[in-house]
Amino acid sequence: MAISKTLNVNSAQVATTVDDLEMPLLYVLRDNLGLHGPRFGCGLAQCGSCTVHIDGKAVQSCVIPLSSITENNKIVTLEGLGTADNLHPVQRAFIDEQALQCGYCTNGMIMEAAAFLAANRKPSEADIKKALAGNLCRCGSHARVVKAVQRAADLAQAR
Amino acid sequence: MSRNFIPSRRDLLKSGGALVVSFSFFGRPAETLAQAAAAAKPVALTAVDTFLAIDAAGLVTVYSGKVDLGTGVCTALAQIVADELDVPFNRVEIVQGDTALTPDQGPTFGSLSIQVGGVQIRNAAALARSALLDLAAAQLGVKPEDLTVSAGTISGGGKTVSYGDLIGGKAFSLTVDHTKPPKTKDAKDFKIVGTSVPRVDIPDKVTGKFTYMHDFRVPGMLHGRVIRPPAIGATLQSVDQSSINGVVGVVKLVREGNFLGVVAENEWAAIKAAQQLKATWSSWEGLPEQDKLMEHVRSTKVAKDDVTGNVGNAAEAMSKDGVKKIAATYDFTIHTHGSIGPSCAIAEFKDGQLTSWSASQATHNLRKQLAKMFGLPLESVRCIYVEGSGCYGRNGHEDAAADAALLAKAVGRPVRVQWSRADEHGWDPKGPPTLIDLRAGLDASGTVTAWDSEFFMPQQTPNMFLVPLVAATLSGLPADETVAPGNVHQNSNIPYKFANINIVCHRLETTPFRPSWIRTPGRMQNTYANECFVDELAAAAGADPIDFRLKYLDPNDKRGIEVLNRVAALAKWDKRPSPKNGQKSGQSGDVLTGRGVSYCKYELVRTYIAAVAEVEVTRSTGDIHVTRFYVAHDCGQIVNPDGIRNQIEGNVIQTVSRTLKEELKFNRSTVTSLDWKSYPILTFPEVPEIVMDLIDRPAEKPWGVGEPSAAVVPSAISNAVFDATGVRLRSVPYTPDKVKKVLRGAA
Repeated sequence: MAISKTLNVNSAQVATTVDDLEMPLLYVLRDNLGLHGPRFGCGLAQCGSCTVHIDGKAVQSCVIPLSSITENNKIVTLEGLGTADNLHPVQRAFIDEQALQCGYCTNGMIMEAAAFLAANRKPSEADIKKALAGNLCRCGSHARVVKAVQRAADLAQAR
Repeated sequence: MSRNFIPSRRDLLKSGGALVVSFSFFGRPAETLAQAAAAAKPVALTAVDTFLAIDAAGLVTVYSGKVDLGTGVCTALAQIVADELDVPFNRVEIVQGDTALTPDQGPTFGSLSIQVGGVQIRNAAALARSALLDLAAAQLGVKPEDLTVSAGTISGGGKTVSYGDLIGGKAFSLTVDHTKPPKTKDAKDFKIVGTSVPRVDIPDKVTGKFTYMHDFRVPGMLHGRVIRPPAIGATLQSVDQSSINGVVGVVKLVREGNFLGVVAENEWAAIKAAQQLKATWSSWEGLPEQDKLMEHVRSTKVAKDDVTGNVGNAAEAMSKDGVKKIAATYDFTIHTHGSIGPSCAIAEFKDGQLTSWSASQATHNLRKQLAKMFGLPLESVRCIYVEGSGCYGRNGHEDAAADAALLAKAVGRPVRVQWSRADEHGWDPKGPPTLIDLRAGLDASGTVTAWDSEFFMPQQTPNMFLVPLVAATLSGLPADETVAPGNVHQNSNIPYKFANINIVCHRLETTPFRPSWIRTPGRMQNTYANECFVDELAAAAGADPIDFRLKYLDPNDKRGIEVLNRVAALAKWDKRPSPKNGQKSGQSGDVLTGRGVSYCKYELVRTYIAAVAEVEVTRSTGDIHVTRFYVAHDCGQIVNPDGIRNQIEGNVIQTVSRTLKEELKFNRSTVTSLDWKSYPILTFPEVPEIVMDLIDRPAEKPWGVGEPSAAVVPSAISNAVFDATGVRLRSVPYTPDKVKKVLRGAA
C-alpha cells in the first residue's frame, strides 16, 4: 500500500513512495532521496543534527511527519544550501575556521546558523550562542562554530 | 587532496607482484569486497609495504590501522608521509581501519595515533625514500648523496626520475624494525610537518557530500533495530509476534536467547516494529541504589591491589609528632560517551565470510570478537572502518556491529543496524565510578612529608581492552569477560617529589555497568583527585598553588616546570594563596570569582599540560560558569598546530561539560537517563573562552594530544571554586544543587 508523495526538495519536485505518512521527513530525505546532509541524532528534536529549512525556517526533520508537508513547502537541505563550487557563506566560513571535529552535528549548526543570519545580519557573539543553544556538539567545536558564524555574517555583509 | 576513503567499490588488482589499489567513492553503493584479492595485501608491522604503496602515477597510498575518529588525524598522517617522502601533500591518500588492508597498530585510543601510529608510518616512509634514492642512483648513475628530491621526483647529474617510474606498482619488499627506527628527516628540513594544513574531510562535511557510517549502504540491504531488555539482566519470557503484524515491510523477528531484534525492508518499518513489539521479560534489580553509589563502590570486593607509588614510609612519616594531617575523599560519577550520532553498523554473511562495516575504533579487535561470537576462523571475518559520529573511547559501535551480524545471519542478507538515542544512552559501555581517599602530612614548616592515597576502580582483566559485545552476551553466544578496563590506574601516581609516598589502586571485582573508557579514562579521575588534593595542601601550607607545585616538581623535569610557568604568564596569574580573600568563608556577594590551577604529566612519561580555570560561582543558584580556561601544552613535535588547538578546545569543552553537568541516572534495573534532557551536556551559552600556549619542539618525539588536556579540567575548576568560595567541591559533577548544599554546609 505504497503511498505516492511529491515534495519540493532543493528546488526540485521529487516523487517518492512511502508506506506511512506519519514517517518523519528525515527518513524520506535520507533513505528515499539518499541525502547525507540531514542526520539522525536523537529522533526527539533535542540535538539539532537533522535540521533542514522548510520555507526558510530551520526545523528539526526528525519529528516532522510527512503528512504535514505538501509539495508547496520548499525544503532545503545542506546539499541545497550550497555546493563545493558555490558555497553558502556559512559553509565557506566553517571551512575557513575549520569549525568542526567529527562534523556529525555540523549539518544542524550550518542550517540553524544560515536561517538565523538571514534574519539577523549583525549578530553579537551572545546572539549567536543563544541562537545555537539547541544544537548539541559532543566534540567541543563550539568556540570555532561561533567564530565561523561571525565570519559568515561578515562575508554576507561583504557580498 | 588527500582523503579518507570509504571502502566502497575497491578493485584490488595484482600488477608486477604488488598491489595497485583503485577506488571510487561517494558515487556508488559498496559492492561485496574481493576478499581473496585483499588477502594478498601485507599487514605485518614489519613490512614497509604494509604501510604504503606508490603507484605508477606517483600517488602514495598510506595504510593506517589508526583511524580518524573526527580528530583530523588522517590529515596529520598524510602530512608526515608527504614530508618524509618529499611528495606534495595532495598526492597522499589514506586507507584506514580495514582488517584486510591495514596493519593492527592497536585500537585508536590513548592519544597514540601520531605518537605510535604516525611514527611507525614515518619509519616506513623513511625506508621507502632511502630505497627510492638507491634505485635512482643506480638508474641515473649518480651517487645517492648527490641526489635531491622534490615533489616525488629525484634529480642528480642533470637527470631526473620520478617515484612513479622507479617503483610504480611494485613492492618495496623491505623490513622495518620499529624498535630500531631508521633515520628520519631532520626537523630543520620539515616543510609540511608543523604547519596547519586544512583538514581534508571538512569541505565534504560542510556540503553533505561526506559518507558517514550512518549514510553507508550496501546493495540488497535490510534495516534492523534491536529491542533491549527493560532491565539489564532481565530474561526474555515471551514475544507476541502478532503485535507487529500491522507493520508493513517487516521481514523477520529475530530472537536468540535474550537478544531480540526486528529486520524490515525499510528503516521506518524497523523503527515502528521495534516500538510496537510486545515482549514479556523477567524483573531484575541488580544495580545499586544511585544515592548510595559510592558506598557501593567502597564495599565492592577487591580483586587485586596495585601499588603504583611507593617512596619511603608514608604511614610512619604521617604518625610523627607535630605532623599536621589532612585527609579528603573525592569521587567521580559514571558517564556515558554521548556521541551525537548513535552507533550504526552493517554486516553481511556471504559464502561463510562475515564482512562488517562500522565506526569501530578497533577493527582488528572487533574481528577477533566477532570470530569468537560466531565460531568462525579469523580469516573468515573482515572488519572495515567507516567514519562515524565522534568517538571518545570504546562506545557502542562494536555492539551495533555485533547486532548487525546476528541479524544478517538470521535473514541471510546484509543488515544495517542504527541504534536509537535510548539504545546509545542506555547501552553503550560506561565510564565507571571512581572513589579516591587521600591523606597527607605537613611538618611545622608547611613541607609535605607524606602522601598516602587509595583509589577504588574496576579491575583490569586479561582481556584488558575487549569489552564484551552486548549481542553476544544477550544471545548466549561466546562472549568476552565482563570487566576489562585496562590502564585506568594511569596517573594515580604523582609527579611530586614528596619524601614519603604510598599509592594503592584497589582493583574491584565488579562495577555496576559494563565498563569501558571515555576520553582520558582513569587519568582524568585520578588527576582530578590528586590535583585537587595538592591544592588542599598548598592552602594548608599557606602557599601560592603554582609555587607550591613548582617546589615539589623534579628540578630536572624542565618541561614540566616550563608549562606551569607558561600558564602562569598566559593567565596573568595572581600569585597568592587560595582562597581569594584569605578567609575560609570566601568573598561576600552573590557572584564570586576565582582562579585555580592544575598540572599533569600524562601517564608520568609524556605530554605535559598546565591549566588555569577562571570561574564565576553564583551562591544563590549554585551555578558555576567557567568563564575562561588557559592551557599551556607541550606534546613535543607538533604535526598540525590547528589540529592540536582543535583537540585541546574539544578536551576543555567536553570536560567542562562532564565536570559540571553530566551524571548517568539509573534505578535498580536500568539506565533512566536515556535522552539529552535527562543527560544534559554543555550548550553554547555555557562554553568558556579558551586561551592556549602551544609549545612546539620539532626535534622531539611527537606525543599524544587527544586526551591529555582533559585530565586537568575537573581539578582546575574545583580549585577555582575553592579560590572563589573557600569551599572544596569533591564530587563530580558539580551540579547547582550539590554546589548549593556544599556552600550551605560551609556557611
